[in-house]
Amino acid sequence: MNRSVYLDHSATTPVDRRVLAAMTPYFSQDFGNPNSLHAWGRKAREAVDEARNKVAGLINADPAEIIFTGGGSEADNLAIKGVVFALKEKGRHIITSATEHHAVLYTCEWLGKEGFEVSVLPVDGEGFVKIDELERAIRPDTVLVTIHFANNEIGTVQPIEEIGALCRARGVLFHTDAVQAAGHIPIDTKTLPIDLMTMAAHKMYGPKGVGALYVRKGVKIEPLIHGGGQERGLRSGTENTAGMVGFGEAAALAMERLKKGEVDNERRLRDRLIDGVLERIDDVLLTGHRTKRLPFHASFCFRYIEGESLLLRLDALGIGASSGSACTSGSLEPSHVLLAIGLPHEIAHGSLRLSLGKDTSDEDIDYTLENLPKVVESLRAMSPYGKKEVVRHV
Amino acid sequence: MYSEKVVELFMNPKNVGRIEDADGVGTVGNPVCGDVMKIYLKIENGRIVDVKFETFGCAAAIATSSMVTEMVKGKTLEEALKVSNKDVAQALGGLPPHKLHCSLLAEEGIRAAIEDYLSKSKANETGVDNKKESEVAV
Repeated sequence: MNRSVYLDHSATTPVDRRVLAAMTPYFSQDFGNPNSLHAWGRKAREAVDEARNKVAGLINADPAEIIFTGGGSEADNLAIKGVVFALKEKGRHIITSATEHHAVLYTCEWLGKEGFEVSVLPVDGEGFVKIDELERAIRPDTVLVTIHFANNEIGTVQPIEEIGALCRARGVLFHTDAVQAAGHIPIDTKTLPIDLMTMAAHKMYGPKGVGALYVRKGVKIEPLIHGGGQERGLRSGTENTAGMVGFGEAAALAMERLKKGEVDNERRLRDRLIDGVLERIDDVLLTGHRTKRLPFHASFCFRYIEGESLLLRLDALGIGASSGSACTSGSLEPSHVLLAIGLPHEIAHGSLRLSLGKDTSDEDIDYTLENLPKVVESLRAMSPYGKKEVVRHV
Repeated sequence: MYSEKVVELFMNPKNVGRIEDADGVGTVGNPVCGDVMKIYLKIENGRIVDVKFETFGCAAAIATSSMVTEMVKGKTLEEALKVSNKDVAQALGGLPPHKLHCSLLAEEGIRAAIEDYLSKSKANETGVDNKKESEVAV
């Protein structure tokens, strides 16, 4: 009997019913423009303020430090372009890492063509940025370091505190894309030396199309979108009230889960999955670090087979996964992250990511551990590689 | 994204496996690019009497391998050489644009296996030993 097992929460999460319920009134009933002075407007303004408080609460920030955006990519763009445009008289050098999300990497690449200089730090085999290399890369004209909190493909969580402390000591602003981490790992902006941080609602059971940029008090950035002056002039455009309310509710629920330690259960299931896969299947490697990884994230490379085949066969069994193989990206190259951690192309093509969610159960993991080895075996039987003995007919 | 035919053949491919005493073997593609097709042919009186494949690759690569092996089975070498990448893609109900190279791989795989057979039979005529194709390991 086929189950339906969604293991692609790094891509997106379902909107929590409580989030949807909180959002619903703000479409037709309390539809006012938060910038209007009348009762309709005031009601919407209150909702936006409350949402901002909740998102700020998740990361122990001041509500005035939260800028709502149209998603994670926009927040990354706003952080990076916003800082370098504001500080272009001070310097034109940016530092990032090789395993960043494209919203960061391509933004930096574009700035490189616009007269800025970009240093891309390599990572080690587990995906960590090396602190001494960052230290050497910082120059007098460096204005921004942008390194993600955790990687979406291999789950590696960076030593954010060390990176931030180094940036602070050298007087350089530090931005981190925390889209994968926020709501899943406790983040306290009062103690962590982070200046700007990107978050997205839809990775924590909120709606798509709404994100936020945390901007520490005193950090000046230029807006990318000019207009009515919403979001303290940093992101014009009539507020996405329902989306913001949804984000606020999702942030409050995430905080509750973190406090209750529900993440521990996800971590336990993740470990069951990782151990089970490594135990049951030969010629497989775990990508990223064994423990310093997102609590809901497992990622592997299976030798002799290709990731797209793997994920489509799993899909047919009701298991939703993802891969960084070339065929899934629509290009000829496997994912830049897998290449950056030093995997050869042919191994990177066999990548599979299984990212768990708050509702993933032991039964879901049992089902996956029962079926994944069979799928791998059947694809390997078809492959010209890795045969231990001759297969005459399959 | 994929046609029903592609999905059907990807899930239940035909002619998977090896022919140990194959008369012609062709390997095309590159593991670095994520697609390798290995075609085995059994040939009698200038006709393909059996054909099998082993493929490392995506769903489209597996489906095209299955389709092309079905299409050349029972055909004479001349007929088999006429099976083009377009014929394979068409028989599959089309392929997404970035997967068309898979059908090219299928055409090239059959050609490589036939050429292997022809060079071996030529070598046999002239009394030169057949060189067994070396295995590539990933």
